[in-house]
Amino acid sequence: MHKKTVHEIRDLLRRKEISSVELTKIALERINSIDDRLGAFISVYGEQALEAAKDVDRKIASGEELPDLAGIPTALKDNMNMKGTKTTCASRMLENFVSPYDAGVTERLKENGAVIIGKTNMDEFAMGSSNETSYFKKVRNPYDLERVPGGSSGGSAAAVASGEVYYSLGSDTGGSIRQPAAMCGVVGLKPTYGRVSRYGLVAFASSLDQIGPFTKDVEDCAIVLNAISGKDERDSTSADVKVEDFTKYLNRDIRGMRIGMPVEFFGEGISEDVRKIIIDAVEVFKSQGAEVKEISLPMSRYALEVYYILASSEASSNLARFDGIRYGYRAESYSDAVDIYTKSRSQGFGDEVKRRIMLGTYALSAGYYDAYYKKALQIRTLIINEFKEAYKNVDIILSPTSPTTAFKLGEKINDPLSMYLSDIYTVPVNIAGIPAISIPAGLSNGLPVGLQLMGNYFEEGTLLKAAHAFERATEHHRIRPSI
Amino acid sequence: MSVSIKDVEYVAKLARLEFSEKEKVKFTEELNSILKYVEKLSEVDTSGVEPAIGAYPMYNALREDEISPSLDREEILKNAPDKQDGYFKVPKVID
Repeated sequence: MHKKTVHEIRDLLRRKEISSVELTKIALERINSIDDRLGAFISVYGEQALEAAKDVDRKIASGEELPDLAGIPTALKDNMNMKGTKTTCASRMLENFVSPYDAGVTERLKENGAVIIGKTNMDEFAMGSSNETSYFKKVRNPYDLERVPGGSSGGSAAAVASGEVYYSLGSDTGGSIRQPAAMCGVVGLKPTYGRVSRYGLVAFASSLDQIGPFTKDVEDCAIVLNAISGKDERDSTSADVKVEDFTKYLNRDIRGMRIGMPVEFFGEGISEDVRKIIIDAVEVFKSQGAEVKEISLPMSRYALEVYYILASSEASSNLARFDGIRYGYRAESYSDAVDIYTKSRSQGFGDEVKRRIMLGTYALSAGYYDAYYKKALQIRTLIINEFKEAYKNVDIILSPTSPTTAFKLGEKINDPLSMYLSDIYTVPVNIAGIPAISIPAGLSNGLPVGLQLMGNYFEEGTLLKAAHAFERATEHHRIRPSI
Repeated sequence: MSVSIKDVEYVAKLARLEFSEKEKVKFTEELNSILKYVEKLSEVDTSGVEPAIGAYPMYNALREDEISPSLDREEILKNAPDKQDGYFKVPKVID
């Protein structure tokens, strides 16, 4: 059962071949039997989930017509609020923080009858690419427990890949949905900035953060995107753009679709096995009638540098709220109010969070603002313009999601720069604010490789259309890890 | 540009963080290597380029100035490390 997709489970529920309570019990048992090895969950709310499942079963029994997601077990990354439950951001700082309200996406999922079973592990405050910066424990890759699942939404990715839940939500600031999706062999979508409400998502870098789904296939991705998209008055950056039924982009012909391959995304640093699998994938698109052409995005070579300046600057400002006064960790001994801030923050945050706060504070400090922050914003403009220009000639842009497959635990944790490089193909997307999806493109030495498709603003539909065409022609999305 | 231990101490003070002597050395090295990496940005000619405010043009999100329910005070104070009579409690800041 745990290997099934959301759309398969939905059909079983509708045909009354299984109940939501049975599904929820299966999910809880699955978590119980594998999560001590996997480490994907920070909290599990079994009783609450069973209550929600019973409610859905009653509605099914009374013949009510229910949304696609009704009764299906899911999980939220632990930086999204769910009223009455902990939101830790995998940090000592928020170890005991209890959400006083539901995030926009939590509300949406509840309205859709979702059974939210728990909160998933992540890099501390979503800062990391391997899930090793979590204060609580590491997440392991379901394909190889000695390897990382990617990050920062590693728990959400591993939970779906291993079938602990049928889909999950993550957040993506520089690749934190797509990179772990690639490394765990699942589908991960970062919607257009503003497509999904960020209300109730603990902010990392507000101009880059976006919530999106992890699923086993593209059809599921469209179903979850339907449920979570749309304007939310409580997030002033959420976009007032009409939400279509994204499932209408499934099973569509892609003949004549123009696909661009940027040379900069196939250069230095890409491992040979990843390149080979992506080139094979390109052939699949060609055989479906797409026109593939080489393009150039020279400004994208600066994207990672721009990202680390902007994301760290925004983080240093956003994380200033953790002062040990209103909520979160407070140091046990202190001399005065300023000392509360300093000691609570120094004890409450881990090294990677401190590193980014330091870099951001430095970049924003007097005398350096123009050289770093303003410069990065100007190059952001150039990157945005370059993507806009590219979409005059192509419908989607194709690349690997990450330059390598999942690396070993401990391999990069002591070398921040080499860790940052694993996001080199995903960060340009957040800087421009465009949507992008990572889909499974095959295994190399038993480890998943992700293919990234990047679309124009609010054209998630085009991405789903191309991704689904790829899926129909291949079997990669049916591979499941043996855990 | 490179930073010294003194710079790290100054930035740490701005960020309300404190480090041991050993950590200061480590953060100085790490910050220097990251700053060296981002130096590449200076190659780009950005004269006359407008800084991007966000990912795409956005406008003020305005709403009617109407009273609506806000979060419950007791509910919010549940997360406070120290509180008294409906307030957050802090050490004396003015003598």
